[in-house]
Amino acid sequence: MSGSFQWWWKGSRQMIIAIAGGLLGMSLASGQVLASATATEAVVQQGAYLARAGNCMGCHTTRGGKPYAGGRRLNTPFGEFVTPNITPDNETGIGQWSADDFWQAMHHGQSRDGRYLYPAFPYTEYTKVTREDADAIFAYLRSLTPVRQTNLPHRIRSPYDNQLLLFLWRVWYFKEGVYEADLSKSEEWNRGAYLVQGLGHCDACHTARNVWGASQDDKLTGGEIMGHYWYAPSLIAPQEAGVGDWPIETIVELLSTGITSDAVTTGPMATIVRQSLQHLSPEDMRAMAVYLQSIGKPDPARKTRRIPDMPEGVRQYLARGELVYEKYCQDCHGESGQGAPGIYPPLAGNRSVTMKSPLNTIRSVLYGGYPPSTAGNPRPYGMPPYQHIIRDAEIAQVVSYIRNAWGNFGSLVSPLDVDQSRGNEF
Amino acid sequence: MKLFIVIWLSLGFSLANAAQPMFLEVPDTLEERVKPCTLCHGDIDRTGQDAYYPRIAGKPTGYLFNQLRNFRDGRRYYQPMAILLENLSDEYMREIAHYFATLPYVYPQPKSRAMSSEQIETVENLIYKGDSMRDLPACSACHGDALMGVEPFIPGLLGLPHAYLAAQFGGWRHGGIMRGQIPDCMSEIANKLTQYEVNALVMWLPGRPVAGKPAQSGTLAPEMVRRCRHLLSEKEIVQ
Repeated sequence: MSGSFQWWWKGSRQMIIAIAGGLLGMSLASGQVLASATATEAVVQQGAYLARAGNCMGCHTTRGGKPYAGGRRLNTPFGEFVTPNITPDNETGIGQWSADDFWQAMHHGQSRDGRYLYPAFPYTEYTKVTREDADAIFAYLRSLTPVRQTNLPHRIRSPYDNQLLLFLWRVWYFKEGVYEADLSKSEEWNRGAYLVQGLGHCDACHTARNVWGASQDDKLTGGEIMGHYWYAPSLIAPQEAGVGDWPIETIVELLSTGITSDAVTTGPMATIVRQSLQHLSPEDMRAMAVYLQSIGKPDPARKTRRIPDMPEGVRQYLARGELVYEKYCQDCHGESGQGAPGIYPPLAGNRSVTMKSPLNTIRSVLYGGYPPSTAGNPRPYGMPPYQHIIRDAEIAQVVSYIRNAWGNFGSLVSPLDVDQSRGNEF
Repeated sequence: MKLFIVIWLSLGFSLANAAQPMFLEVPDTLEERVKPCTLCHGDIDRTGQDAYYPRIAGKPTGYLFNQLRNFRDGRRYYQPMAILLENLSDEYMREIAHYFATLPYVYPQPKSRAMSSEQIETVENLIYKGDSMRDLPACSACHGDALMGVEPFIPGLLGLPHAYLAAQFGGWRHGGIMRGQIPDCMSEIANKLTQYEVNALVMWLPGRPVAGKPAQSGTLAPEMVRRCRHLLSEKEIVQ
């Protein structure tokens, strides 16, 4: 009885809707189509912006390849991951995906065919993205010109290629759920937190990963970037890259231009600024800065820190480093490591020089580099590579020297440290 | 009181001195900005004639710009260049290419290597005549009669160290340059040369004095334009 009633109701409801729709449609059709077209265009635009914020292109494009067509290799201790084609090509891309499939990948970390995705795709962070934003990104990806490009399969080492293990990993480490606003904080702060924790997936790099490749916590406490040979400094610790006592404007300046009077982005962070952050709206940049400032710890010890006396051997080692410094570095970074603001970063008091891991400083000396060309700094000055100019022993001496000159204090670096800092460039 | 004033004045003076910024004066020029390039591609007496680094001053703008883009975008593989250029924009690289293309340079008289008369004959034939039996054009047909290149895309062959030339030939022959992914006339030509011919070329070329400018554009034969169309374009080549 109730079954037939339901059947009747379902059928009639559709008919009623159809009749009403038809009547209404006749008068409204033209206007509606127009409105929905502009609405879609606005959603696509919004999606394009959000895809920038998440820097989807950064991983889903190989060097010099077609945007979003994938093929980029990510080397990790678990094997080599190859990013998929996310252009709307039916055969090789996501042409057959629906918005629900896309949401399932972003939010649940599951592919269209139900396979669990590896957390090399940061769904562990993207899960915080709202459905509305995910739909906008999907609409944008659907609007791209399809690219037919078949990428190589992943080459994942056994036993990590096992879906059951991946399932267990998810049970243990994956916390699903859209970002929940902290009502005790401002709207701006929450927007910043949403961007940093979600789309921005900052903790994919700025948190150490454990032996299972999971972020150790969701705090941005710094860690070596998996498969990248760079150290992503803590965004909390004042001895690293915490910005607790920076003015908001300076944080915005660093993230949107790649450089301030005393800091410069290098390595993968310079690339993030170029590909993603410089394109964000001033409001979103500010919101991120507000959030990052709030999580940074102040540094009460800064003024009172005492540097212990050095043994004679250390003194001699550093003196050799000083000679190297005078020959190769002093022209740009100055006699007392003072640098030239906004051009050549000062080394005196520079936290990326003195922080616990010397990796980034060693790599900067080995490989040099330019800060990113951005709207705010289109023609950057740069640092030459020295890997083929000076020997590892001299690089070790000079890095040790700048870590301990002009009031700086850091551990000494050995030629072995220099050698071990090479690798996995491209 | 006098003493007090003197102390006060000198204190004030030294404080003022200390407060003065001791920051370095950095010239707002391209010359300063390309220091990372000129450490290696600079004066020949600083890097040495036996070093690996090629002359870039005075090479055609379009060629330099294309190479910068190729290094950055992974189409031409050389790790130090790829890292250095990773985050530079096309506009900035175009400016840098123009700077080096128009940079005046003085190249010291090179030292010739001892070569047998057969080797020299082989080289001179290849350079100025080519070998039609093997469909090998003369080097000068593309690189200009003076071997200083042709505007805007064809590089000169002089002022390049032996090690660099040998590495480039190896790259063209085995797909190391451009990773063999783009059909290219130079890799086709290099593959037709024998090892004897390559060895002779890379010994002979560094011994030639560097002088003059690239030839004007439009001087290439239509046949070469057809064969090398991929190089003669500023259009982005996508893999």
